Amino acid sequence: MPVATADRVKPRRLPGVDGVWVAIGADSVIFAILFMTFMQDRLKDPALFEASRHSLNMNFGGLDTLILLTSSWSVALAIQALKRDLVERVPRYLLGGALTGLLFMMSKSIEYFQKFAEGLTPATNPFYMWYFTLTGIHLLHVVFGTSLLTYVWVKSRRGAYSSLSRVVPECVASYWHLVDLLWIVIFPLLYLMKAA
Amino acid sequence: MSVLRERVTLVWLGLVVLTCVTTWGLSKDLFSPAVAVVGIFLIAALKVRFVMLDFMELRNAPIPVRVAFEAWPILVAAMILGFWFATGA
Repeated sequence: MPVATADRVKPRRLPGVDGVWVAIGADSVIFAILFMTFMQDRLKDPALFEASRHSLNMNFGGLDTLILLTSSWSVALAIQALKRDLVERVPRYLLGGALTGLLFMMSKSIEYFQKFAEGLTPATNPFYMWYFTLTGIHLLHVVFGTSLLTYVWVKSRRGAYSSLSRVVPECVASYWHLVDLLWIVIFPLLYLMKAA
Repeated sequence: MSVLRERVTLVWLGLVVLTCVTTWGLSKDLFSPAVAVVGIFLIAALKVRFVMLDFMELRNAPIPVRVAFEAWPILVAAMILGFWFATGA
């Protein structure tokens, strides 16, 4: 009986390769330091940060969050399908992830153009410097992640992946979920955090 | 594999609901700033945790790795709230 029980226990493992998790961990630490530096700057002039925050459109930020959550979900479904060798479903889920990545880029572009049209740039004040820095670095992550998703989508259409050959899509998916979770913090930090 | 019965689908639905609560609920002036900000960042930390455990599949990761990653949203939320209360004081 103990043997049978042990057989049923799933071995603990990290999706993809360990190196990707080192990169994800390092990126998470760098963003945590950026968040801390933002809060330190906010401490110096909370009134300016609060006034500037009001010029951001939180509906954009909220929709961006819903877009990335949906994107992550679609990519997670692709990995679940891959594990069960439902390979014909994988391309459509990966395509969903890539298209929602593109949608996020379009949404951010519209927001940036609106800000520039209003004369708001990184040089306007410290809040906008942080707004463009944090969202800009995150947007670069989105562009890179969407490119990777497009690559695995193309490969999956050619039947390159299966339950036994899924390391690359798992690495890409893990990175894409990091992009999602970083935005989950950036959004309230910039758009929703009221003054005391 | 029914999409509706997948755990990741339930998690996604929960994350969507929590996002709507913070964006179009807690951010309004119905609550004091302290209640709103604490609520918003506790929910953000919870959302990050579920993304890690269910989307990133860290629920079944080696324990030290899981602990290290799960510490991230707790430390980040505590740091942000610590600074926020220090700013208001």
